[in-house]
Amino acid sequence: MSIKKHMTALAGGIAMVAVASTAAFAEPALIYDAAGKFDKSFNEMAFGGAEMYKEATGNEYSELEIQEDSQREQALRRFASRGASPVVVPGFTWAEPLNVVAQEFPDTHFAIIDAVVEQPNVRSVLFKEQEGSFLVGALAAMKSETGTIGYVTAFDFPLLQAFGCGYIQGARAINPDIEVLYNFIGTDFAAFNDVNTAGEVGISQLERGADVIYAAAGAAGEGALQAAADAGKYGIGVDSNQNYLFPGNMLTSMVKRVDVAVSDAFTDEMNGEWTSGVEVLGLAEEGVGAAMDEYNADLITDEMMTKVNELRDQIIAGEIEVHDYRSDNSCPVS
Amino acid sequence: MDFSDIILVLDSSVRLAVPLLFAALAGLYSERSGVVDIGLEGKLLGAAFAAAAAAAVTGSAWIGLGAGIVVSISMAMIHAFASVNMRGNQIISGVALNFLALGVTVVLAEAWFRRGGNTPNLSGDQRFGSIDLPFAAEAQANIPFVGEIYAQLISGHNILVYLAFLAVPITAYVMFHTRFGLRVRAVGENPTALDTAGMSVGWLRYQAIFVTGILCGAGGAYLSTAQGASFTDNMTAGRGFIALAALIFAKWRPWQAMFTCLLFGFLSAMQIRLQGVEFPLIGEVPVQAIQALPYILTVILLAGFVGRAIPPKSIGQPYVKER
Repeated sequence: MSIKKHMTALAGGIAMVAVASTAAFAEPALIYDAAGKFDKSFNEMAFGGAEMYKEATGNEYSELEIQEDSQREQALRRFASRGASPVVVPGFTWAEPLNVVAQEFPDTHFAIIDAVVEQPNVRSVLFKEQEGSFLVGALAAMKSETGTIGYVTAFDFPLLQAFGCGYIQGARAINPDIEVLYNFIGTDFAAFNDVNTAGEVGISQLERGADVIYAAAGAAGEGALQAAADAGKYGIGVDSNQNYLFPGNMLTSMVKRVDVAVSDAFTDEMNGEWTSGVEVLGLAEEGVGAAMDEYNADLITDEMMTKVNELRDQIIAGEIEVHDYRSDNSCPVS
Repeated sequence: MDFSDIILVLDSSVRLAVPLLFAALAGLYSERSGVVDIGLEGKLLGAAFAAAAAAAVTGSAWIGLGAGIVVSISMAMIHAFASVNMRGNQIISGVALNFLALGVTVVLAEAWFRRGGNTPNLSGDQRFGSIDLPFAAEAQANIPFVGEIYAQLISGHNILVYLAFLAVPITAYVMFHTRFGLRVRAVGENPTALDTAGMSVGWLRYQAIFVTGILCGAGGAYLSTAQGASFTDNMTAGRGFIALAALIFAKWRPWQAMFTCLLFGFLSAMQIRLQGVEFPLIGEVPVQAIQALPYILTVILLAGFVGRAIPPKSIGQPYVKER
């Protein structure tokens, strides 16, 4: 015990010295999650945000890909002690280590995406996933010919339920009688990787008549999207724009603008406009939305586009209130 | 649920059972020869990665299958070396291989493809496509029930599914009607007897573990290039361990192993299908209860119907010649 204590004290001491010597240099830093910088999803969007900042301002930033969970605290400490600010970490898996390190470096600014860390120097960025899901649900209902659409998610978890609940609300706004098949792949975090079971779940929904499937299940989601593409039906991606995965079979993607969150954090610090606390990005802030690009241009008619824009404006204006599953852990529709 | 729904669930059960079946039969060879194989999971994962990577680079699912088998055999040979030559603890060797596969696949995938530990998506010839058996469409249209079973359940799978089910009678024949099978069983029960008769215990175990490698390779390739269309981090999700449970459940016998794997496949297919379905009288059952169903039924079946599972007598013990 005593050795461990000494080591901690020593590490702290070294960190203090390092801060003192490099305090003048404040470069923003981004530490990717275990999935890696080029995961075609969450982390790659964060990287895109950092690049946006670099292009707009000409300033550099530092970055790091961690290899395993045990490096989290160490990596945060290293950047903070080098004088980087703000240090941005995407992903709720960072919440615990950040809570520890943020207290050790009260003068450094940190930002976390998808989780709340209640420290005076931390900005927590959340998204209104339910609003973006509402829009893709509406699109799915307009596209569906069978009157049945599907939602495939990893497991019973409030964040994932918020996606699904928003999706159903959006679909019902278009067609009050539409049937929404709602399936979980597994029972724990392993389900985010179980792409084969996700495929089976997708096939099962297609066999029950679904012709649009919204997959919110991390890497496993691709299994369900693949099943939809193989059957000539439509899939809806999540987090980043996944329309390019199966051109012609991807109706749209519910994007979370992680890039905007990262670039905003960097820019605010540069302009001296940093704010700590919880920030929630919804449709109004363009933090979430339905992705439109060359890959799905042929699938979305002008009529659908008009209707979706109308719904978006109504949500922004507060005329439609999209229920957030996380607020009371239940969904008013099913 | 009508007749065609039941057929669809059974169809899904078959697809879900195939990787379990490959791995269970693979484990059967190794364990019958007296070498515990807890590393089935790692071999499946290693093969799944090798198959997807090779198929992505070369454009051929068959080359992918070959690469998967080669990688799986290499891993099996490491296990054989540790268990036979080094007389090491077989559980430790197997667990080590599982960890090795879990780490190395992701590191290599990241280094080669830069896609966050996944391989690129496979399409066309990079995957094993489904095969329609002759007269499937005619049978479905003209013959009630049987025709539908033939067209939906038996026809329309990929080649690896048929190979998996073909491996069952072959394994049964090899194990119980050939000299090799007799010796493998004998070496698992009483290696001293074989040694006294002038046969090499080590060589026999190497041969059995080699077959284990081939079958695991096919199972891994099925996951990433036939059922799925890319490798993803830890995509086996415990299937190797479930296969090992199925093997014990089946008391180390091939036909019983097939039925056990089909049962496990059926339970997961039912579970997927029953989520959010309204039952007569009961109404909608909470999804957690439905998801727990396969596990609950497994425990009941294991505890109630299997009886004693007696493993090969010398399993797990390295053979040491008396001096």
